This record gives sequence, C-alpha cells and structure tokens, in this order.
Amino acid sequence: MVPYGDSAFLVELPDLAAVIAFYRGLLGAGSAGRPQGVVDVVPAARTVLVTFDPDVLPPSDVLAWLSAAEPDHSAAESGRTVDIPVAYGGPDLAEVARILRTTEADVVSRHTGAHWTAAFAGFAPGFVYLVTDGEQLTVPRRSTPRTAVPAGAVGLAGEFSGVYPRSSPGGWQLIGTTTAVLWDSARPEPALIRPGDTVRFREA
Amino acid sequence: MGIVVMDPGPLTLIEDLGRRGSAELGLSPSGALDRKSLMLANALLGNAPGAPGLEVLLGGLRLRFVTGTSVAVTGAEGRVTVNGADIDVNQAVRVPPGAVMAFAPPAFGIRYYLAVSGGIAAPSLLGSCSADLLSGEGPPPLKAGDSVALARDNGSAGSPGAAVPPMAQLPAPDVFRRVFRRAPDPDSPITLRVDRGPRADWFDDASLRRLTGQFWTMSPESNRIGARLLGRPLRQNRTDELPSEGAVLGALQVPPSGLPTVFLADHPVTGGYPVIAVVRRSDLDLLGQARPGQRIRFLGAIGA
Repeated sequence: MVPYGDSAFLVELPDLAAVIAFYRGLLGAGSAGRPQGVVDVVPAARTVLVTFDPDVLPPSDVLAWLSAAEPDHSAAESGRTVDIPVAYGGPDLAEVARILRTTEADVVSRHTGAHWTAAFAGFAPGFVYLVTDGEQLTVPRRSTPRTAVPAGAVGLAGEFSGVYPRSSPGGWQLIGTTTAVLWDSARPEPALIRPGDTVRFREA
Repeated sequence: MGIVVMDPGPLTLIEDLGRRGSAELGLSPSGALDRKSLMLANALLGNAPGAPGLEVLLGGLRLRFVTGTSVAVTGAEGRVTVNGADIDVNQAVRVPPGAVMAFAPPAFGIRYYLAVSGGIAAPSLLGSCSADLLSGEGPPPLKAGDSVALARDNGSAGSPGAAVPPMAQLPAPDVFRRVFRRAPDPDSPITLRVDRGPRADWFDDASLRRLTGQFWTMSPESNRIGARLLGRPLRQNRTDELPSEGAVLGALQVPPSGLPTVFLADHPVTGGYPVIAVVRRSDLDLLGQARPGQRIRFLGAIGA
C-alpha cells in the first residue's frame, strides 16, 4: 500500500484478477461496505485507489480497513448480474472470426457463453472494461481507430469486451449493437454496469 | 423568474462542491476550482456551503435579474457592477428586480464566484449540480439567452444533501457582511505544498529536487481538467509503461515531455503517466486562481 498524498492510498496488486478479488472483498456482498469517510474506491489494471476524507476518517483506520479485507475469489456470479441483449453482426465480426480462425457464429457463441466481470471504468462515464476467463476472444485493436463509434456498439480489444455508452472515437473491434442504455444521467443509478458486476451477453 | 444570461463571457459554469464517490463510475469529482471562495460566497448569504453558484472565468459575464435577490461575489477581484454602479466583492449585496450585473476582466485571480440567496437550481447528478467539462455531464456552459433558475423560486434546495435554510433564517439583505480575502497577485509567485506521490521513485534525484527547487509557470493551456506547467523538464529513470491507475485531485502527473500537469476538478479518474507528487487539497483553491504566466513554487519533502 503506497501513500498517495494526504488523503489516499494506492493498493498495488499482482494482476487484474487480484484487483477484482480485492475490490469485491472490500465492497462486495460479503463485506461490511465502505466506512464513513471513504470517498472513492477506484479499481484499475493493477491497483485499487482509495481516497478518504482525513477529517472524518484517520489514515490509520483506512489502512486497517484495507488490511482486514479478504480477497473474494468466488465464482463470477457472486455479484450483481447485468444482462445485455446484443444484435450481433458489427462491422468487425468477420475480421474477428478471421483473427481467431473460427466462424462468426462461434465468435457469437463464445461472447454469449462467457461470464464477463466488470473490472474497472474508464474513458467515458458508464464505460466498463469487461474480462472473462481464458483467451478465447483476445484480439488486437483495429490498426486504424474509427473517428466515430455509435452508442451501444459492443466491442473487443485485447483481453477486454465493452459497450460504448456514447458516440465517440474508438479502436475496438465492433461485433454487435445493444439497445441497453449504459449511462443515463436521469436515472438514480446512472451507470448500468458497476465494477464488480457480472455481465452476460445474449443474442437479441 | 430567475436570472437571464445576456452575455456568458468566455466561460461561465454552474458549480457546487462536486461529486463524491463517482470516480469508480468513470466520472470526475468536478465542482468549484476555488472551493473556499464558493463556500465564502454562500456563507455571506446564509446558504449551505455547497449551494450551487456560478464560476465565472475571466469576467465578461452580464446578467439580468428578473427576480430581485441578494448575491455575493468572491474569488477573483475586478470591477463588478449592478446597474453600472460598482459593488464590493466578499460582501452580501442586494440586487433589485430588473437589474443588470456585469463582470469586467479581473485584475487579481481568474475565477469569480457568484452565489445567490438560496442557491441556483439545476438538475442534480450523483448528488451534485456541477458542470464537468471532461465528460460533458452536468449543466452545459451558460449561453446568451439562458435562464438560470433560483432554488428559492423553485421551492427546491438545488442540491440534495445541501439543505438551504428557510427564508426566515437568512440574514436580512440589508445587513452588510464583509470579509477580507485576496485573490493571488498575478505578479507574485504562489506557493503550493506537496506530498510525495506514489510514483516518485520513477524519477531521478535531480528531478525530485528540481520539482521543488525551481519556479514553474502556469501554461495558458491550463483548464478545469488540469493546470499545465512550464519549466525545466523532469526526467524519468524508467522507460517501462505504467498500467493506468486511479488518480486523485491535485496529482502531479508527468508525461514523457517532463512537464507536469496538476489534476484539477474535472480530471480523468485514471491516468497512465507516473504521479511524482500531490498538491495538498487546501492549496488547490489558490491554483484555481492562478493566471496564465503566473509563477508557481512547490514546497515539500518528496525525496526518498
């Protein structure tokens, strides 16, 4: 655990699986939740950032909370599950099948068959990097990013899958489209997927 | 009802004290860059500390008050008028119905804060009405012709969790309350305290000394996302890539150019460049008033 200024700690972990397990242990169903005074808990690829309000919670109490956390390595379904209907057939589906040396139907069945875990947010509100066991869908990014990817586009890049919450430039391989709204600032919970959730894609 | 925007100036935003706990959803904290000035303006009017107000960059703003109300201007210092007559900053002022309020470019600091009695009414997202320029969430920058609603007229408190006291508890508008607080002198350096950052060990000793040993200059490319600094570059002693990690308000992130950016309220929630140091939270208000070209010095022990 590395101090990060006077009101945060950065927890360093060996890999993304350890990050997810630590995050779920801190805040998941089996935990006591975040103490009063903890502001943000931000998972990333190899770290979990914890910010706190030192006027409410002394750093020693934050460290005690972090040290007491038991990593939760249980099956993916332990968290909330979010169901995403997808119309497969995005502009890169054929290219992904070619890279993986399989058929488009098999890419779809791998994508819908996997249990995806929401690892961390990034680049736009509501965007969450999703990971799954194995490397059955690992593909490189497009060599030339698109200047505009529409909202609802479902993509693959590296070990990740994700859904664009809004129209933006992007280099992910697009394999389908969903009508699910990933971010709606008018909802009490604007984000459809939060870190730690399980995501299942199904063919719409 | 409310206030009509005649001219928004270069950038006028609705801001409160920002969002808490939204970073894991990918959303910046946002909120006033000079928090103490917004809180002071609210205090002068008997508002809750986090009642939404206007953050007025570099003046140029002209408003017509359809509804009469009390206001307070804090933060930057410059000529502010109501119906052509100068008003004092850091003081509660009564604005009659129909009055026009105008903000000239400030002589000290760069961001005025305007609070109105009871606060401004705006839709709340995750507990805050603040505009966030990185994500585009929250109320958009004000445009000519916009109407700004007053929470008092709407019978709403503006921001959940920031209860506005009922009219009876507010000080009478003719009770002048004045405080003395100066925006930074543009010709004098400002000093910001720093603590060691999580990746200070990515820099050589000379760079760690150089961070606190030289004057930096505020770049004109600075904005609400980050204060970009100019000076003799810092040098990393590692060349490997840092996986993106969570970043805090005040983080001094150093890209390969060696010129640090201090993350401000609308900062990205994660970053892929090493963070050498972190500016103390209570000193960030001062940075929110630093002008392009202003000299900045960091104070603190960040060596190993």
